[in-house]
Amino acid sequence: MERVPVLKIGDFLLVSIQVDMEDQIALQLQEDLSARIVETGVHGVIIDITALDIVDSFVGRMLSTIAAISKVLDAETVVVGMRPAVAITLVELGLSLNGIRTALNVERGMELLARAREDELFLDLGDDDSAETDSDGAAVRS
Amino acid sequence: MGFAGAADAGETIVISSDEDVVRVRQLTRTVAVRVKLSLVDQTKLVTAASELARNTLVYGGGGSAEVTVVDSGRRRGVRIVFSDQGPGIADLDLALTDGWTSGGGLGLGLSGSRRLVDEFDIQTVVGEGTRITVTKWSR
Repeated sequence: MERVPVLKIGDFLLVSIQVDMEDQIALQLQEDLSARIVETGVHGVIIDITALDIVDSFVGRMLSTIAAISKVLDAETVVVGMRPAVAITLVELGLSLNGIRTALNVERGMELLARAREDELFLDLGDDDSAETDSDGAAVRS
Repeated sequence: MGFAGAADAGETIVISSDEDVVRVRQLTRTVAVRVKLSLVDQTKLVTAASELARNTLVYGGGGSAEVTVVDSGRRRGVRIVFSDQGPGIADLDLALTDGWTSGGGLGLGLSGSRRLVDEFDIQTVVGEGTRITVTKWSR
C-alpha cells in the first residue's frame, strides 16, 4: 500500500500529500503522524497539498481529523499550497476546514507556526503572572 | 431523460470500491479537459463527481457512473449519471440540506455537489435506488 511520508524539518513535521487519498492511506497517515509527533516532540505540523487537484469532503474531513489529533498532542497544524481553483471549489462546496490554519506555502506556514508558538508561550507566562492585574495583563488574558 | 442536447456514447465505471471513486474522478477530469471546461469548472465538476461517487459507494452500496459529452448546439458539456440500487432517499428535502447526514460524513455531498454543477437532477425510490444526473457546461 502507498504511504504518505512524514519528514522532520527543523522544529516541524512536513507531510506532503502526493497520492489520491483513500481510507487506508488516510488512517495510516494519522497513525504515522501522531507517532512522529510524540517521538519528536514538535509543536507544529505542515501539510502540503500543492499536488492535490481537488479537495472533497473526504479529504477535508481527513485534514480536520489530523489537525484535531495533532492539537491533542500539543502540535498546531497548518495546511499549505492550496491551489486557487481548489479554494474556490471548497468555499462553494461549503467545506469549512475546522481548526485548520492555512498559509500560501511551506515557508509562510513555518513562520505562522513559529509565531503561534511564541504567542502561546507568551500567554502561558501571562497566566503565571495572574497576580498582577494591570491593564496589559488583562488584555493578554482576554 | 428530459435533458436538452445530444450526447455521444458515454463511458461507464462500476463503483464498488475506493479505487473506483478515484477512477470516476480521473475519467471526469479527462472528459472535462476534452470539452475545454475552464480549470475552475473542471475542479468543481471533478469535486462534485468525487462526492457523488462516494455517496453511491457508501449510501447506495455501490453502483455506477456514466460520463458523457453533451452538445446543446451552442455549448458542449459533461454529463454524469450516478445510479445505485440502494435503499433510496426517504426525505429528499432533508437530504439536500447543508449539514444533514445519515452517515458519518459532513452532510455536504448532495447539497454541496448541487452548487458545483449547472444542472442537477435526482430520482429516488425508497427500496429501489437513486439516480443522480449532473451536467456542467463550457462557458
